[in-house]
Amino acid sequence: MDLLASALLTAFRLLLSGDAETWRVALLSLRVSLTATAISLLVGVPLGTWLALSRFPGRGALLALVNTGMGMPPVVAGLVITIFLWRSGPLGGLQLLYTPTAIVIAQIALSLPIVAGLSVAAIQQLDPRLRLQILALGATRLQYLWLMVRETRLPLLAAVMAGFGAVISEVGAAMMVGGNIQGETRVLTTATVLESSKGNFDVALALGIILLALVYAVNLALTWVQQRGRPP
Amino acid sequence: MTVGAPRDAPLLELRGVRVRRGGRTILDVPSLDVWPRGVLAVVGRNGAGKSTLLQVMALLLTPDAGDIRFAGERVTVGRNPVGVRRRMAVVFQEPLLFDTSVFENVASGLRLRGVSRPEARERVQRWLTQLGVGHLANRQARTLSGGEARRTSLARALVLEPQLLLLDEPFAALDYFTRQELLAELPSLLEAASSTAVLVTHDPTEALRLATCAVALRDGQIVAEGQTDEVLLAAGLSPR
Repeated sequence: MDLLASALLTAFRLLLSGDAETWRVALLSLRVSLTATAISLLVGVPLGTWLALSRFPGRGALLALVNTGMGMPPVVAGLVITIFLWRSGPLGGLQLLYTPTAIVIAQIALSLPIVAGLSVAAIQQLDPRLRLQILALGATRLQYLWLMVRETRLPLLAAVMAGFGAVISEVGAAMMVGGNIQGETRVLTTATVLESSKGNFDVALALGIILLALVYAVNLALTWVQQRGRPP
Repeated sequence: MTVGAPRDAPLLELRGVRVRRGGRTILDVPSLDVWPRGVLAVVGRNGAGKSTLLQVMALLLTPDAGDIRFAGERVTVGRNPVGVRRRMAVVFQEPLLFDTSVFENVASGLRLRGVSRPEARERVQRWLTQLGVGHLANRQARTLSGGEARRTSLARALVLEPQLLLLDEPFAALDYFTRQELLAELPSLLEAASSTAVLVTHDPTEALRLATCAVALRDGQIVAEGQTDEVLLAAGLSPR
């Protein structure tokens, strides 16, 4: 209990004292994870909608691939992205390894299948007769897709929350492609691992508490958007 | 086969329409015309092919064979014929309302057509009032009773003032009193919207009350056509 109390005190001290490194780490965590989630949302929802509504040879295999990606181990994603971004790798010329951009790329690899896979399920659970109703109202193809997405906004926001939760809490990929470089690519999870390995459990726990608070704040905002106007 | 009072030209023409599912023909209509104004009833028992016929008429189901013409214009269903579909409206067995307010539900078809906001507001309010649900405009659709939801779905279709209104057993799930109220109101609503209607029903009393002419289906084929009472008698569907 002493350790927990000490960690809480350390967390407040780190935040309230305006500790520059802590704030930088927290803001970088938020920035890379929100960017990765936003890109996954922009790509994953249309991809999921397309997979849910279209029929083509190999669709089942592609869907299975997306579903497999939902359980992608972060270290595997990190390893593959590292190989691609390595100096002698296919994308080595871009010099992105050990940059925040590399972390965003790795996090997209983790969150995109989650958003796309849950979007497929969300669209498919809609009453098929509602699809006919939308067309019967005179919707163009684009209007039809938009109304389908609008009708599934509740599960889609849940998909966004799941995607965000997966990337902000992962450590393996961020460590491998970011390198945990102080002042450049250190995020809350990699900093927590580092402090823990040094035996600074109070600081590590404090960083964990800050991470939880960030996740809670973002999910609180998303939940508000999801639940507004709905009766209890 | 010609159904309805032959005035001008048919509004909807089906020729040689066939729909197959699982290796068997579930709808086979050599010829069917729907003439402007009035109500045409499509009657038959469960599984007769009524809803399939309605979906073909609504251009929501591509037949395996046959031609469809709307107001003389040939329609290719597979190409999402939005232009023709926007001259029709469909009310299904379930209200199928969107997860939004009553107002937004009724305005949805107008929004898809790019109708200006002031005009949409005026038309939505007018039709909500006409259907007796004007006071529910701001309510969320999911909080409506069955009768209120049905009135909202009718308003959503009628606000479009469609040339052709297709009704697929719209009163089937309603209680007796709500059903009687809506059956009494429907003719004047259709008059106000200047719409021709096709009413799919398995209830002969509904057909007799609303439609002057009818077609009866059995196993996907038209077995009788003409005046409603005669069709019901010929098809063995007369109410006792």
